[in-house]
Amino acid sequence: MAKLLIKGGRIVDPANKIDKKADLLVEDGVIKQLNQKINVAAEKIIEADGLVVCPGLIDTHVHLREPGFEYKETIESASKAAIAGGITSLLCMPNTKPVIDNPSLIDFINEKQAAVNLAGIYPVAALTKGSLGEQLSEMFHLAEAGAVAFSDDGQSIDNGQVMRRALEYSTLVHKPVLVHAEEGDLANGGQVNEGLMATKLGLKGIPAIAEEAVIYRDIELARLTGGRVHFMHLSTAGSVELVRRAKKEKLPVTCEVTPHHLLLDDSHLSGYDTNFKVKPPLRGKSDKEALLKGLKDDTIDCIASDHAPHAQHEKETEFDYAAFGVIGLETLFNLVFTHFEKEIGLLKLIGKITANPARIFDLNAGVLTEGKPADITIFDPKAHVKVDSSNFYSKSNNTPFDGAELNGKLEYVIKDGRIVFRDGKIVE
Amino acid sequence: MSKPVSVLLDKDQLKRALTRIAHEILEHNRGAADVVIVGIQSRGYFLAKRLSENIAGIESAKTPVGALDISLYRDDISTNPQPVLKKTEIDFDLTGKNIVLVDDVLYTGRTIRAAMDALMDLGRPASIQLAVLVDRGHRQLPIRPDYIGKNIPTAIKQRVSVELAEEAGTDQVTLVEADGT
Amino acid sequence: MRLMELKQKHLLGIEHLSADEIEYILQTAESLEEISKRDIKKVPTLRGKTIVTLFLEPSTRTKTSFELAAKRLSADTLSISKDASSFKKGESLKDAAKTLQAYRVDAIILRHSASGAAEFLSKQTDASVINAGDGCHEHPTQALLDAYTIKKKFGKINGLKIAIVGDILHSRVARSNIFCLTKMGAELSVVAPPTLLPVDVEKLPVKVAFGIEEVLEESDVIYLLRLQAERASENHFPSIREYRRLFGLDADKVKKLKPEAIVMHPGPINRGVEISSTVADLARSYIEEQVTSGLAVRMAVLYLLVGGSS
Repeated sequence: MAKLLIKGGRIVDPANKIDKKADLLVEDGVIKQLNQKINVAAEKIIEADGLVVCPGLIDTHVHLREPGFEYKETIESASKAAIAGGITSLLCMPNTKPVIDNPSLIDFINEKQAAVNLAGIYPVAALTKGSLGEQLSEMFHLAEAGAVAFSDDGQSIDNGQVMRRALEYSTLVHKPVLVHAEEGDLANGGQVNEGLMATKLGLKGIPAIAEEAVIYRDIELARLTGGRVHFMHLSTAGSVELVRRAKKEKLPVTCEVTPHHLLLDDSHLSGYDTNFKVKPPLRGKSDKEALLKGLKDDTIDCIASDHAPHAQHEKETEFDYAAFGVIGLETLFNLVFTHFEKEIGLLKLIGKITANPARIFDLNAGVLTEGKPADITIFDPKAHVKVDSSNFYSKSNNTPFDGAELNGKLEYVIKDGRIVFRDGKIVE
Repeated sequence: MSKPVSVLLDKDQLKRALTRIAHEILEHNRGAADVVIVGIQSRGYFLAKRLSENIAGIESAKTPVGALDISLYRDDISTNPQPVLKKTEIDFDLTGKNIVLVDDVLYTGRTIRAAMDALMDLGRPASIQLAVLVDRGHRQLPIRPDYIGKNIPTAIKQRVSVELAEEAGTDQVTLVEADGT
Repeated sequence: MRLMELKQKHLLGIEHLSADEIEYILQTAESLEEISKRDIKKVPTLRGKTIVTLFLEPSTRTKTSFELAAKRLSADTLSISKDASSFKKGESLKDAAKTLQAYRVDAIILRHSASGAAEFLSKQTDASVINAGDGCHEHPTQALLDAYTIKKKFGKINGLKIAIVGDILHSRVARSNIFCLTKMGAELSVVAPPTLLPVDVEKLPVKVAFGIEEVLEESDVIYLLRLQAERASENHFPSIREYRRLFGLDADKVKKLKPEAIVMHPGPINRGVEISSTVADLARSYIEEQVTSGLAVRMAVLYLLVGGSS
């Protein structure tokens, strides 16, 4: 019964192409009305003059680490981190221990999510059993239990025949297959981008072709089978061009990029700081520029964090031995708002983290349409924040952006009509 | 900025002092047999060479000359900024010899202490004698010179500046008032 | 003489040293060389300092060279190797550093199989860290002693034509030498099959050649790298025979060298692979010379990093 009225904010709803000052009414956990002026008595009122009101953000690539790696992160700590980053829905990757390749594990995630009751968690199930790249997983049962997509994230399926069969079978359940493009032999145990920086530092490199060869193959397999592919964490200029051509030919191909690949390059490696060790690796400056261009011309559909928590001892060690990955739930919004709002415009930018992921994964989220769940993120575009990883809700703090001064400050985060974040913290 | 207070030894006085010291060395050692002269880098070495030439002039005797760098034996290595290392070049045996150790200014005595430790590591001399151009007092160790160019009482604030033709173009020893620090 | 301090606390690599700093180290080494010719091969300079050799990768000559250098400067030495039980039980480099920190050691000389390990260690300890070889990254004292050896022979490095032959891709010695010798003004060529050259090597200030014959006549220094047999199985080249033919140095090829040219090798030598036995024994080979230079250079590095004011 509770009504929530958000007054006078700048409503940015890319799915409905709305960018204007208006009032927004929420009732019984759903969007009730959006209008110039709404005069209704409400139990809660948010004065949003000067603030931006947009759909709750969606992060399509998050590692929750539970079950199996709870010392790095749990479903609870990650959910809090998400909300604190303005993210009300997220897709979680199956490379936990055990790998999410049977329906009871999907049930486990769903139950945990219900218990924590913060961000909406949409599980991605393994494409092959154990993500070993050999036998297909039970995609029908997994989809039935709630999987929204399939992936063997962490590596590629090097056996082309297995990938072909997996894509063919996926058409039965109409769910996208998420691809981590990295040909194992070409990657050859590399730790960083293959190039001058790797040469100077004496580190083994992963050449761009390790990614591009898989992207080329899987685009053609999508053409052959009709299966939908979604390429995760694009990193090279060549990859962007391959996806651009595939889209021109109207193939069922989509893709995402991370903030760190858009903002950093391999020149950051010179101190051997493992907070810059990621997979795929940070590439060169021209790759970075090509990714931004791809974001601008809509070759790249989504921005996702690839939130990859690791414990301190796994990162604070010799570079070769350090784990790959950085966290990102609590920095995604501020980073993209600070650096790309002017480049691509607010409506399009928000679309990359709301409407587009919702559309690709068919999620009941990412929009401010009447009748849809009231997941809303409200921020002050004129305020500033300083990244302080010691204050994160995440259990881990492996971020390359610690200390960065960024634009935009989250004021409220609303999930299903409940205010779950305000005054700089989660509402207990 | 330091201002010279006075000239302690001019070119001629310096020359005469070195001539006298050469005579004293020959007198004390009853000739030049087994006498070697080792100068502390770098001005002590220049003076050592001149003494050797003087001795050759007086008694036609050849006294080998060596250069000693004491940087590695200093007792203040951890506290002072490091000096640039110079070379120790002594290409004759020291064992059994009477070494005349030469330095330009004798002050606290620590440089000479370091020099003696260095010489002991290089061989077993029969004796070590000390020749200095200027003794300015303020000894902190029990070191005494055998041959002195000039005794000059100084204040600790003051500095004795030695210029030799080999590196500075002129021969001159001046007393300098160091600036107020 | 101008007072010049080596403004570094660690020696992690040559890449970030200036030509002046390299000159300063070589000059200091020259002054220290005579100590090893005395009867009593010791000076008291680093008395009371504690220097640890932490070698997590096998080595004989570099380790003994450093230990001897430290002892001749009167420092106390401590030697920890990978066989130490704590490392076998899985102790991390970070924890080893903390233990040494508790002993207030003055310097740690580290050899490690991971690139960047020396830099990592330098952030974990207050001691000075000297990189004795980290993965494929750098081996700075090797480059310094090579430069010292070359300078001693030719009186200069500027303008010399130097060729480094062999597995450049995996060689930290090659990287350090490329940085060092090019900074000192040498014209450097790298000679290797394309499969053993690092990506973007042309962006470094070197010329590239694919056969040793191309550089024999013009070179003042031929610097041979050791070839590891495993590289054949990794498909870097098809056979030792073919490698030897294109990149090895034997008596016939040596005839094509300039009379004043010298042959160097960081050791240990693979007799019969990159260098034939006869060539290894030739007077022209400066391999022995490199060992004695190594001691003086390492003494200089220890003196400059550990001897100064903290």
